[in-house]
Amino acid sequence: MSSKKPILELRNVDKSFGPIDVLDNISLNVSEGEVLCLLGDNGAGKSTLIKTLAGVHQPSSGEILMDGQPTSFASPRDAQERGIATVHQFGGTYPLMSIGRNFFMGSEPTKGFGPFKIFDRAKANRIAVDEVQKMGITRITDGDRLVGGLSGGERQSLAIARAVFFGARVLILDEPTAALGVKQAAHVLRIVNEAKKRGLAVIFTTHQVMHAMAVGDHFAVLIRGAIAADFRKGDKSREEIADLMAGGESMADLEANIENRTESHSGHAPQSNA
Amino acid sequence: MTDPTTSNISPDASASTGISIGGLLRSPASGAFMGFAVVFIIFSVFGFGRNFLSVPGVTTWVNYASLVGIIAIPVGFLMIAGELDISTGAVLPASTMTVAIVSGHYEMPVLVGVIAALSVGAAIGFVNGFIVTRTQVPSFIVTLATLFAVAGLTLYLSILFINTTNSFYHAPDWAKSLFGGKFYGFNSSVFWWFGLICGFVFFLHYSPKGSWVFALGGDQGSAHNAGIPVKRLKIGLFMLCSMSTAFAGVLQVITFNSATSQANFGLIFNTIISVVVGGVLLTGGFGTVIGIVFGALTLAIVTQAIGFTNIDRNLSFLIIGVMLLIAVLMNDTFRKVATNWSASKKK
Repeated sequence: MSSKKPILELRNVDKSFGPIDVLDNISLNVSEGEVLCLLGDNGAGKSTLIKTLAGVHQPSSGEILMDGQPTSFASPRDAQERGIATVHQFGGTYPLMSIGRNFFMGSEPTKGFGPFKIFDRAKANRIAVDEVQKMGITRITDGDRLVGGLSGGERQSLAIARAVFFGARVLILDEPTAALGVKQAAHVLRIVNEAKKRGLAVIFTTHQVMHAMAVGDHFAVLIRGAIAADFRKGDKSREEIADLMAGGESMADLEANIENRTESHSGHAPQSNA
Repeated sequence: MTDPTTSNISPDASASTGISIGGLLRSPASGAFMGFAVVFIIFSVFGFGRNFLSVPGVTTWVNYASLVGIIAIPVGFLMIAGELDISTGAVLPASTMTVAIVSGHYEMPVLVGVIAALSVGAAIGFVNGFIVTRTQVPSFIVTLATLFAVAGLTLYLSILFINTTNSFYHAPDWAKSLFGGKFYGFNSSVFWWFGLICGFVFFLHYSPKGSWVFALGGDQGSAHNAGIPVKRLKIGLFMLCSMSTAFAGVLQVITFNSATSQANFGLIFNTIISVVVGGVLLTGGFGTVIGIVFGALTLAIVTQAIGFTNIDRNLSFLIIGVMLLIAVLMNDTFRKVATNWSASKKK
């Protein structure tokens, strides 16, 4: 798997907003058919890194390479047109619109001619349902259903299926499992695997180590904007990864610490000063 | 959110096509239609002996509904897109005075007056849209400002040009029959309304751009990411709204031969009531043209046709207030039914 050529690569990327350095010397790459998990606590710089990859931010210094060629993305639209799709937690779906209309938002199929082109509802519904089912969500059978009636996992899946259908090569998933229950998260993880099987490069951010371990081939742990560890599947145990994410402190120590302090504060968790 | 454990996996993947009863029921227009039907039946019963169902009775409220409806549908588009336009109350008199001054006072051809009035509408709509898209100011405040600004400007310019705030205009015969004629008691505006309804239904529900309007009200950020020209579309919708209002003004001045520069504050409420009673969600993202049509018809019956019934005229505002409250509560319920419809059907 590591013999594949990377689609997207970052070399020594720094990003600062004014005097604040958010990303520090980041070098990463992701190849087709590979899932890169970006792990890190809140505020570690995951979102900024993703936004830099998606064209929202431009790096302050360093290079972005796509298919080995140095490149830069002028805007999110520019990145999208070159095959980088970002799916946010519920982003890209409109709860009060049908599945078919959601799927084709912005690129509606039409029939008819001239000024009388009409939205081809049957075709949109058929393709949308087909694509979502191919991703393994068999519960969606009616393209007229409103997206608001779907579960969080199904909405994620719809957004991912949409990105795949419209030719994404790199799929960036921003905390796709954060707000989901166990079953729904499993749904999304299955879809991530499906996308990987189809040869997409997937970048997956999470702070749930379990979810990362389930799909990841390649892991990068961010701490305060720098890569603290970069390793492949099987190199580290779950405990080691969790410890890394907690900023080098051992998770067991943290837990012990919480217990002690809750006891000494008559049952209330005190304000964190970590 | 549906609970995945309660709904079965349905084996039939046949996408429903055409019209189904479920599809009709979950449409936001069904509530508006039921409201219209209830009001119509009650008024028919109370108005049976007093000409509610006669030609003058029916044309009274249909004629009124047409003028409100021409404005209410694009106001509804804006509400679906998550915006509000209350400047209509000033655009209407601005348009009538433009026609009266240009074609009446200065005796220009009627078409010049009509085009001038529509241009005034387009300009006001552009200003509304431009300010709303370039600033973070809510459209309610922006259009409140233009409402007063345009109302003041209309009064000022009327005095400046013709030294009066009211004016008369008699259109030539062909224009009178085209914009302000009567056919079996129905004003030309009813036929114009019907034509515009067809155009508006096509735009919102059949043309690919209709989805974009809903997307604006659903999630503007995602709409932008999907490549929808959010700002241009919004400015276009504000322009459509003001131009439709200006067109209603043209129809009004040619039908009634008179123009006034007084701001029409009642119109603002009437259009918004039509839209909400018509099943459009105040929060945006949901609604139909046909629903707004029924909303305008219902409003017209209650305000205009009450004189053809035994119901005390003074109760019409009470009825509208109650109706509006029921409609808002119903809209919320209908939205829930609509999002859960498929899942509960398969239980």
